[in-house]
Amino acid sequence: MAADGLSYTHGQARTHYQVLQQWLSEQSMETLRARHEEAELIFRRVGITFAVYGDDDGTERTIPFDIVPRVFPNDQWRHLKAGLIQRVQALNLFLQDVYHDQKILKAGIVPADQVLRNTSYRKAMQGVHVPLNIYAHIAGIDLVRATHGPDEGQFFVLEDNLRVPSGVSYMLENRKMMMRLFPDLFSTHAIAPVDHYPDLLLSALQQVAPPTDRYTNVVVLTPGMYNSAYFEHAFLAQQMGVELVEGQDLYVDTDDVVYLRTTQGPRRVDVIYRRVDDDFLDPDVFKEDSVLGPAGLMRAYQAGNVSICNAVGTGVADDKSIYPYVPDMIRFYLSEEPLLSNVPTYMCRRPDELSYVLANLKDLVVKEVHGAGGYGMLIGPTASKAEIEAFRLQLTANPAHYIAQPTLSLSTCPTFVGSGVAPRHIDLRPFVLSGKDIRMVPGGLTRVALKEGSLVVNSSQGGGTKDTWVLQTSGEQ
Amino acid sequence: MLSRTADHLYWMSRYTERAENTARMLEVNWQMSLLPQSDGAALAAWRAMLEISELTPDFDQKYANATPANVLAYMVQDTDNPSSIMSCLRAARENARAVRGSMTTDLWETVNTTWLDAQRQVGQGLLKIAPTDFFEWVKLRSNQSRGVHIGTMMRDEASHFISLGIFVERADNVARLLDVKFLAAAEHMEQDLEHVEDFYYWAAILRSLSAFENYRMMFRDAITPMRVADLLILSPRNPRSLVACMEQIVELLTKVRNASSGRTEHEARSMLATLKELEIDEVFGQGLHEHLLEFLAGINQLTLDISQHFLVPIAPQAETD
Repeated sequence: MAADGLSYTHGQARTHYQVLQQWLSEQSMETLRARHEEAELIFRRVGITFAVYGDDDGTERTIPFDIVPRVFPNDQWRHLKAGLIQRVQALNLFLQDVYHDQKILKAGIVPADQVLRNTSYRKAMQGVHVPLNIYAHIAGIDLVRATHGPDEGQFFVLEDNLRVPSGVSYMLENRKMMMRLFPDLFSTHAIAPVDHYPDLLLSALQQVAPPTDRYTNVVVLTPGMYNSAYFEHAFLAQQMGVELVEGQDLYVDTDDVVYLRTTQGPRRVDVIYRRVDDDFLDPDVFKEDSVLGPAGLMRAYQAGNVSICNAVGTGVADDKSIYPYVPDMIRFYLSEEPLLSNVPTYMCRRPDELSYVLANLKDLVVKEVHGAGGYGMLIGPTASKAEIEAFRLQLTANPAHYIAQPTLSLSTCPTFVGSGVAPRHIDLRPFVLSGKDIRMVPGGLTRVALKEGSLVVNSSQGGGTKDTWVLQTSGEQ
Repeated sequence: MLSRTADHLYWMSRYTERAENTARMLEVNWQMSLLPQSDGAALAAWRAMLEISELTPDFDQKYANATPANVLAYMVQDTDNPSSIMSCLRAARENARAVRGSMTTDLWETVNTTWLDAQRQVGQGLLKIAPTDFFEWVKLRSNQSRGVHIGTMMRDEASHFISLGIFVERADNVARLLDVKFLAAAEHMEQDLEHVEDFYYWAAILRSLSAFENYRMMFRDAITPMRVADLLILSPRNPRSLVACMEQIVELLTKVRNASSGRTEHEARSMLATLKELEIDEVFGQGLHEHLLEFLAGINQLTLDISQHFLVPIAPQAETD
C-alpha cells in the first residue's frame, strides 16, 4: 500500500485515515476525473480566479483544486492549535515591545540593529497605542511536517505571515466544493466546520475598534480589481457584510477622522481591514505617489480615531531575518518552551554560518530575507550546478540578505494527478485571529506541489490547494 | 452606498444608452443614404453625425473624407474614439465589472455578453455585410439590459443611479441630435408636401428616436418640423422627449436626495418647469437653437452637480457650443 503512494502516511495507513483510504480505493478513476473536472468548471463560473503577475496575456486563472482532502486527527490539531496560539501571542508581544520599551532589544535577545534598521520597521509606529495591544490581528502561519529522520511526524513553522496573509477564501471555497462534490464523505466522517471564519474575523475586527457608542463601521480596503487577490477581498467583505473600499473611497478630514464617501455624504470609518501593504497606505508618510490609501491615514491612526488591521509595521516580526529568534521571544515574553519548532536556520550575516552555507549549498534551501511567494530562492538538491554557482555569487555579494535551511523531507498527501492518485508534497497555512482572545477555525489552507518531487507549493509557481479536515473525534481510536 | 459604486453603475448605463443612441442615428443615416439624394446632402448628413458628438476635428485628423464607410468605421469600431459604439460597450462592461457584486447576476451577464458578442460580430465583419442588423442588435441589447435592470434589481439606490444615468444621457443625446438636425435643415423648413425629400428628412429623425408611430398617434396629420420638435421636446407622453427625461431625472433625484443635493434637485426642477410651461411656437419664435443650447448647458451643469454631490467628482469640461 505504502509503496504505491496511495496511502496517507509513509509506512502504514493510520487508523483515522482508514475510512477515507477505503473510500478512495472504492472510487473509479472515471468518477474522480469527472469530479475533478466539475470542480474546475465551477471555480471558473463563479469567478474564483487570481491574476498572475508578469503574465503578459493577463488571463485570470483558477488555482488548481485537488479533490483528495488532507486529514488531521483531532489530538494532532489540538497540539498544533496550542502551539500556534502561543506563537502568535509572543509575536504580538514582540511587536508591542519593539514599538515601545524595546525590552527584548535591551536584554540582547534580538540584536537591536536587526530590528531598528529593518526596512519593515516603521518609526511612525513608535509610541503609538493600538487597541488591546494587538498588532497582528490576522496571522497566517506556514507549517510543514517532516516524514523522515529524528523529527519524523513533527511540525515545523516555515514562515510567519503577519502583513496581509491571503488564502483564507480558498480554505472556505474548498470546503464548499468538497461538500458539493462528495456529500457522502461528510455524513460518514465527523469533520469540524470552518464556515464561521468570516464571523470570527468580523468579531476580532470589531473588538479592536476605537471606543464608540455608534455602530462600528468596519471596511475592507483593497488595491482594486486588478490585484491578484481581489477575489478574496470581495469575498471576505461580502461574507462579513461590510463595504469593500478602495483608497479613493476614503478621506481624512481636518478632525483626523477617516470618512467613507457615500451617496448619502461622509460616513465615519472605525476599522480598516486593509489588504494593502504598509508602503501604500498613506502618501503623506509612505510612498508619495500611492493612491491605494488616503492621505492622512497615519495621522488619524496615531490619533486613535481608526484601527488598521493588521497594524502598520508588523512586517518587522515576520521578516526572515527575525524568524530565527521567535522561539527565544516565546521564552522571553511567556516564560514557556515553544510548542512548535522552527526549521533550523543559518543566518548568512554571521560569517561562520555563511561559510557553512557556502560549503553546503547543494543540500540547503537558501531564501532571500525579504522575499515572498517562492521567488528569489535556491533549492539546492534540485538546482543545477550552474544555478548553484550563480546563486553563490549573489549570496557572497550580499550575505545579510539571505538565510539558509536544510531541506526537510516534507510530508506528502495522496493527490489526484493526470495518471491517477499519487503522493505530492504539502504544507499548511492555518489562520490565527487575535482580538480579546485568540481564535481559529479547525483547518487551514493546504497547499500542494503538483509537480512530481517539487517542494514549491506557491500558487504563483504551479501549486494547488486541497480541503483540510480536522476530525472531531480523537485520532487513534 | 459607496459613491464609487454609484458612479460605476451610473456610467455603465450612460455608456449603454450612448451606444444605443449612436446606433439609432447611424441606422437612420444609413437608411437615408439608400434614398436618392444630392451628394451635398449625403455628405452633410454624415458630417452631422460627427457634429452631434463634437468629433469633427478628431475625425478630420484621421480620415480624408466623410464617406459613409469612414464615418461608420469611426463611429462604430474605432476604439480611439471614446464615443464609438465599441468604446461605449466596452466602457459599460468595464464599469459593470468593477461593481459586479452590486448588481444582479442577470444584469452583469447581460452587459458582459453584449460586449463579448459585439466583439465577435465586428470581428466577423457584420458591419460591412449588414450594418442595419448590427444597429438593430445594439438597440435590442440596450433595451434588454434596461429590461433586466427593471425586472431584477432591488428598487434601491443602485437601481436609481442606473436609471439616472439612462435619462441624463438620453436627454443630452436627444437635445444634441435635435440641435444638429434642425440647424442643418434650414432648407427643409417649408411645410410643403410637394417637397417629398422633406418628408423623408423629418421621418428619419422620428424613426431614429422610435417616434414615428408615436407621431402618427399624437397628431394624425402631416409631418411638420414644428410638430416633430413638439413631440421630441415638449411631449411628456413620448418616452424619449426632453420633458419626459427631465421628469424622470427629477423623480430620481428626489429618491436619492442627500444633505448636499438640494441645489441640484432645485436646478432640475426649474429645468423641468421651464419645459412644461413652454409652447412650441414660443420655442421657434425665440429660436430653437438657443433653447437647445440652454438646455444642454443645464444638463451639463446637472451632470457635474450629480457627480459632485453623489458620485466621484469629474473635472468640469470647457464649454463648447
